[in-house]
Amino acid sequence: MPDASKAPTTQTTGTARVKRGLAEMLRGGVIMDVVNAEQAKVAEDAGAVAVMALERVPADIRRDGGVARMSDPAMIEGIREAVTIPVMAKCRIGHFAEAQVLEALAVDYIDESEVLTPADEAHHVDKFAFTVPFVCGATNLGEALRRISEGAALIRSKGEPGTGNIVEAVRHLRSILGDIRKLTVADDAERYAWAKELRAPVDLVREVAEQGELPVPLFCAGGIATPADAALVMQLGAQSVFVGSGIFKSSDPSAMAKAVVEATTHFADPMIVAKVSRGLGAAMRGEEIAGLDVKLADRGW
Amino acid sequence: MQVGVLALQGAFREHREAFDALGVSTTEVRTPDDLGGVDALIIPGGESTTILKLLETSALAAPLKERLNDAMPTFGTCAGLILLARVVVDGRADQVPLNAIDLTVRRNAYGTQLASFEVPLTIEGMDGAPFPGVFIRAPVVEAVGEHVEVLAEHSGRPVLVRQGRIWASTFHPELSGDLRVHERFLDEVMR
Repeated sequence: MPDASKAPTTQTTGTARVKRGLAEMLRGGVIMDVVNAEQAKVAEDAGAVAVMALERVPADIRRDGGVARMSDPAMIEGIREAVTIPVMAKCRIGHFAEAQVLEALAVDYIDESEVLTPADEAHHVDKFAFTVPFVCGATNLGEALRRISEGAALIRSKGEPGTGNIVEAVRHLRSILGDIRKLTVADDAERYAWAKELRAPVDLVREVAEQGELPVPLFCAGGIATPADAALVMQLGAQSVFVGSGIFKSSDPSAMAKAVVEATTHFADPMIVAKVSRGLGAAMRGEEIAGLDVKLADRGW
Repeated sequence: MQVGVLALQGAFREHREAFDALGVSTTEVRTPDDLGGVDALIIPGGESTTILKLLETSALAAPLKERLNDAMPTFGTCAGLILLARVVVDGRADQVPLNAIDLTVRRNAYGTQLASFEVPLTIEGMDGAPFPGVFIRAPVVEAVGEHVEVLAEHSGRPVLVRQGRIWASTFHPELSGDLRVHERFLDEVMR
């Protein structure tokens, strides 16, 4: 339960409660990567809770190589005009000037994302300095807590973006949630050792140990390509899913989008997941992790 | 009385935690069978367009309309208020609300997430400290019908309303940590 005594006494924007609150409103939903207004419409029509506006989906970023940067503001604005649901956009890790531009564009959430080429090899953006909330990727509990200590209001697994291969997202979720479970049975002395090992603030480690979960919602991203993938990660403990390349690299994006939305809601009901999985055409082709030149999940510190 | 929380999408967990704290057990409603087993329903915040679609695909839209016609006690917060309204302005063209409470509501009327805010609220008939109002990409109630009672306002706009046993708020009592709104809803609909 939130603490009612911490509420402000005058009208206030950008509080931790409204930043995390929007993430809580997205629970049980699907956030879809879109590269233009037409795709944004398809996503909204299918029941997406939000869209991530970007110039190229991760599979194309991977294929094209080169430096991947924040998207053109005109393109983000075009997508905002096309839909009524929240619009997110990505900035490079540590690129606070890109984040300032995205805040000036009034996007609803900023993803400080390893999918783009990092701008800073030691520092992430100081997210407390912004009114707009941030989502950040994590591969393990320590990384998640470091991002939260910098002000992230939502954590997602990194997975391995653009591969259509769920194995890395599963690894990251199991690592984060497995360590949380272990932490809940650690005694006071052991919590200090956990904080050292995780390279995370001891206060946050204590909070997680006591609550048995992160202080912000945990979503899954990176490699979701089918309704069953969504059901898998939801059952593992993700609270929502980001689908990047998996929708618009499939043979029938509209049908795939609707099916992933239904499977995310009814993740615990295999009959419904079976029903919506029928006749969707080809999912995105996908990549073996061992064959990759660049592992995007290694970006971030 | 069995309280159900519509759990298709959104902040259903926080509503369940609020009722838990009041010692009232709740169930999650995702199917027509689930709906058949509850005496009162909470429609949580989330994305109204998404929840409307999932009501259709989950075969819940028709039975829910029936239950609302039969005056099932229902409380909609934020997206839940939009769903229960009579008229939605600035929604999608295909966004047909459930018409269970005589409200005209404008979606995202304050702007984007940058404009989301917290503000203390004075609620009619509620003693003690102001209620912590949490508004997230909130809608604005632009007009209310003659049978709608306004229990709280902010900047001259209704933010907590009821019509018979249907309650609706544009803010999120479930995110506030203050149980008084949930408690009052229960007290009044159980009478």
